Amino acid sequence: MHAHSVSLSRAFYLVGCDLERRTRWRYGSRVASDEAGAREQFPVELILLRQVASSLAMPIFIVDISGNLLFYNEPAEQMLGHRYDETGEMPLEEWSTMFLPTDAAGSPLPADDLPLVKAIRDRLPAHGGFWITGMDGRRRQLSVTALPLIGMADRHLGSMAIFWEAEG
Amino acid sequence: MKVTLWGTRGSLPTPGSRTTRYGGNTSCVEVRTSPRSTIVLDAGTGIRDLGAALDRDLERVDILLTHLHMDHIIGLGFFEPLFRPGLEVHLWGPASAISDLRGRLSRYLSPPLFPVGLRDIPSRLTLHDLPIGTFEVPGAEVTSDLVCHPGPTLGLRLTDGRRSLAYMPDHEPALGVPDFPSAARWTSGYALAADVDLLVHDAQYFDDEYPRHVGWGHSAVSHAVAFAELARARMLVAFHHDPGHDDEALDRAYSDIPADRVVPARERETFDLLAV
Repeated sequence: MHAHSVSLSRAFYLVGCDLERRTRWRYGSRVASDEAGAREQFPVELILLRQVASSLAMPIFIVDISGNLLFYNEPAEQMLGHRYDETGEMPLEEWSTMFLPTDAAGSPLPADDLPLVKAIRDRLPAHGGFWITGMDGRRRQLSVTALPLIGMADRHLGSMAIFWEAEG
Repeated sequence: MKVTLWGTRGSLPTPGSRTTRYGGNTSCVEVRTSPRSTIVLDAGTGIRDLGAALDRDLERVDILLTHLHMDHIIGLGFFEPLFRPGLEVHLWGPASAISDLRGRLSRYLSPPLFPVGLRDIPSRLTLHDLPIGTFEVPGAEVTSDLVCHPGPTLGLRLTDGRRSLAYMPDHEPALGVPDFPSAARWTSGYALAADVDLLVHDAQYFDDEYPRHVGWGHSAVSHAVAFAELARARMLVAFHHDPGHDDEALDRAYSDIPADRVVPARERETFDLLAV
């Protein structure tokens, strides 16, 4: 058995540039330097859900247990009228105002009436509908089904919504 | 904190003359923080030699299983200390959504797959469903969290208050991330590995092999390096070598990577995290 002492004297990520050149993937040393010191990370169930959502052609919207917006995919961007890269993560009060879901008469819907919020509150699937003005300026009637997200060890992680344009 | 690699191979034991230097035993790592107790990460075939090497006056062993794929539990029944009456053994591993660790593990440690059942093991054995969060074992604080790998699979972070180790033998953080790595907060395993002194991480595939194995739960060498870079790990031990990679192939794969920061795992190698 032979011993190997760990070199603690140099920052590991300095090696990244050398390794970038010899591999097929491009690595982002930007991320490592931007977030130095940070330890926060989303639960792996949400990470995988975001990756699935990014790969699907139907609009998907993901919020955490407090209703804060975590992610929505490109098809959802088209309907909601805002790009995710522009909005990023947002508190419930902010996104429920920004996306302005309304009833048929044009009156804003209280956040508590949104299926996403119901799914979190009741830990049950919820379905509903509302009107919204999309990125193209067109007013749409949307149907929404929201599902609670229950992870391993019964961790309540938030909810996700799938939505589509209602007929008529 | 001393970390010894007793099994470095992934998926299948790979004995023979072509794997003598990097090793053919499946996953098993010993973390030693005190003379009277020891911590064992996974119970691949490497655990057999570890058991034979442990002192007779040892008082407690904590075995932490990251998941229950066969290459990580196959050595359990051959770990000699389990058969020492009076030795305190704590076996930690993930439950599933519908079954606890005992129920899941008994599928293997019972006839017809194995002659001795869990209830017949003579040591003072206690099974624990490994919690997602932080808990204590003698000599170390352990943090566990789910990581990206098929089935309930945990990554581990251990610290003795001075040095830290992250252990993710089976992990595919690049799954579904075309420009890996993306933001740290959206990267599986990041919080466990952030700023550790030593990261033992899955590097099963060479880069040209990965595209044929997407979704199998493992990383390419370059993914492991990129993940270590993102997490600011001070040193990466590339672990869980593919059974098809013999010593010569591993020599070639790591020949131009700086050895003071990235090393391919070699069986029986010890890392003394206090030796700065």
